Amino acid sequence: MGFRFEFRLSGAGGQGLILAGKILAEAAAIYDGKNATQSQSYGPEARGGSSRSEVIVSDEEIDYPKAVNIDLLLCFTQEACDKYSRDINKNGILLIDSGFVTNVPKGDFRIYSLPITEIAEKEVGKNLVANLVALGMITALTKVVSKEAVESAILSRVPKGTEELNINAFNIGFDKVTAQSK
Amino acid sequence: MTEQNVKVKLMTGNEACAEAAIVAGMRFFGGYPITPSSEIAEVLAHRLPEVGGVFVQMEDELASMATIIGASLAGVKSMTATSGPGFSLMQENIGYASMTEVPCVIINVQRGGPSTGLPTLPAQADVMQARWGTHGDHSIIVVAPSTVRETYDWTIKAFNLTEQYRIPVVVLLDEVIAHVNEKMVIPEPKTITIIDRKRSTESPDTYQPYRQNDSDIPLFADFGTGYRYNVTGLSHDETGFPTNDPQKINVLYSRLSRKLERYQDQIIEYKTEYLEDAEICIVAFGSSARSAYRAVRLAREQGIKVGMFQLFVIWPFPYKILGRLASQIKAFIVPEMNLGQIAHEVSCAIKSDVIKVNRVDGNLITPKEILERIKNVSV
Repeated sequence: MGFRFEFRLSGAGGQGLILAGKILAEAAAIYDGKNATQSQSYGPEARGGSSRSEVIVSDEEIDYPKAVNIDLLLCFTQEACDKYSRDINKNGILLIDSGFVTNVPKGDFRIYSLPITEIAEKEVGKNLVANLVALGMITALTKVVSKEAVESAILSRVPKGTEELNINAFNIGFDKVTAQSK
Repeated sequence: MTEQNVKVKLMTGNEACAEAAIVAGMRFFGGYPITPSSEIAEVLAHRLPEVGGVFVQMEDELASMATIIGASLAGVKSMTATSGPGFSLMQENIGYASMTEVPCVIINVQRGGPSTGLPTLPAQADVMQARWGTHGDHSIIVVAPSTVRETYDWTIKAFNLTEQYRIPVVVLLDEVIAHVNEKMVIPEPKTITIIDRKRSTESPDTYQPYRQNDSDIPLFADFGTGYRYNVTGLSHDETGFPTNDPQKINVLYSRLSRKLERYQDQIIEYKTEYLEDAEICIVAFGSSARSAYRAVRLAREQGIKVGMFQLFVIWPFPYKILGRLASQIKAFIVPEMNLGQIAHEVSCAIKSDVIKVNRVDGNLITPKEILERIKNVSV
């Protein structure tokens, strides 16, 4: 079977994980010409409950649309990290917000622990865009979707008037990882 | 945006359903929002006024179902969208639509039940309710897409079926398909077949709303165009007025059930994969079919002779087609997010037991769960 890459973005409701997943899927499907699905799981609450957004990118038709062998897991809460880190593939990637996840799991995967929300607050000026900072990091870490495609998808998905803020957040996240891996 | 971007979109099943309904010619929506179907109403609240249609949010699902029957009687293609609890409330008027042969489409985005159950989580447990939720022997057609594109196509087909046969059509979605964002290539409008109900050209003076003809499908007349006739949920004769005459009652009931029987070969649709040399057959529908396809593909990589039978139309059920397959297949596996509703029908069709894979915990069945059953059978 062909190429299939599974992302799971997890945390709490209100952290923008569903939007980040949609942008990632749209970048892959519309701007990079691959196939992609994005799905989510959420509780009855609008905010505060656990939230999970999953993206599958593939070069063929996507049958099963959920993530079961995760290639990249993003965790914004300790609870999500405890629950999902066991689903990461061998040699997969775990990206955690070190401001929220202090108990780092051990496993056969690469761990990137960065103060994502703090970066959003101090370097972008708004903690609200932590999701876009994380998206930049994910894009740089996985290289599954091109940077240009994600930028185009951001511009088509974020509210009018916030384009610059969101692109800036994305780039700061992207550069953090690129700088670290050099 | 480039030309290409206009035709290729990332869309959810709910969005595709709403857009497809407009393409099918639907111009009236009466509904009451309920998770996980609410985005259908949300999209249509914006889109219908743009195309000259009418969107009404009603006080509840009983009234919602009543409005779409009324609008359809005035000649406008109509639909509603709901989920389990609302679908339960619609049953009385679904029976009315079936009895009075008023074309209409009901979208039921299934969630866990019974009662309020699991509002945000998927299920496929309304299979039997969709067929037998309203009382009495009645005709109904139920379809079940599994992807965003199939949702688009089958919403249009649902309108075509209801217009053609004057039987209510239920589209069974589930939370997975409703909310998954998927790449969707929007088909060219000119490649899409749209069917409208056959209308009478007879003078209003002599028109009879349920007059027998060779097709068993009476010719329609739009209310408000000079035709005046009686519409009742009571047993009625060709004039539309109530009757207790046993002979006339028999004429009505036998025609209503015959409609579905005589056209079922045209109505039933399914898709198969790897079935030619298969010894094991998976029968699945809706989002469980997606898990099943993956399981079949994984099993084929391991050299296991397993094939796939995906139901697009659940009711009428393809008893004969599955029955014929039974001689070639040594085991049927039926995955579904309920406790065995379709498994029971497959079992009737093949006149033998089937292997059930069920899940009712709000999670989609995984390919691995199905693959394990396939492996158990193949050794």
